[in-house]
Amino acid sequence: MTATDQIRDTVAKNDVVLFMKGTKMMPQCGFSSRVAGVLNYMGVEFADVNVLADPEIRQGIKDFSDWPTIPQLYVKGEFVGGCDIVTEMTLSGELDALFESKGVTFDKDAANKIREANG
Amino acid sequence: MAIDAATIESLIRQAFPKAKISVQGDDGQHFAAEVVDESFRGQNRVQQQRAVYSALKGKMDGAHGELHALALTTRAPD
Repeated sequence: MTATDQIRDTVAKNDVVLFMKGTKMMPQCGFSSRVAGVLNYMGVEFADVNVLADPEIRQGIKDFSDWPTIPQLYVKGEFVGGCDIVTEMTLSGELDALFESKGVTFDKDAANKIREANG
Repeated sequence: MAIDAATIESLIRQAFPKAKISVQGDDGQHFAAEVVDESFRGQNRVQQQRAVYSALKGKMDGAHGELHALALTTRAPD
């Protein structure tokens, strides 16, 4: 199975996937840690793929999405964005709306707390 | 090759001649860029930022991925 097949398979089989440096419990980069932190805090179930563990995936994901940086968030097979976009969407409430429209469960109070903290 | 804010701005300027561009970052590693351009109107953030990244591709994604350390915000003018 090529890296691209693996990526396509992972993105198809999991509602929420975060390609990141490190793991959701042990992120190894500030940007990856921020996105994983938001998802963890909001109680979102997601598959974490550690691109540091596989250089082919690390490059493959950038080609797959035509996006040059890590982390990369996918919801229901769709590329949502990197750290900047996910941060902006969290603060604007667009991430809540996306999860609601895609039937992804999350903790609304936690999302509100993040916005209040960054008010 | 260390890159600086002015170089990033000129790289983006080449692809977005009429844009309002501001780039901060003086540690040679971490940068923040805001690009405001009419061409972004109607595009979602991913499309907008892909356009900016492609203006920087090959010039900024060095071995240690300078591009990675660019915090990017884009929007159409109000």
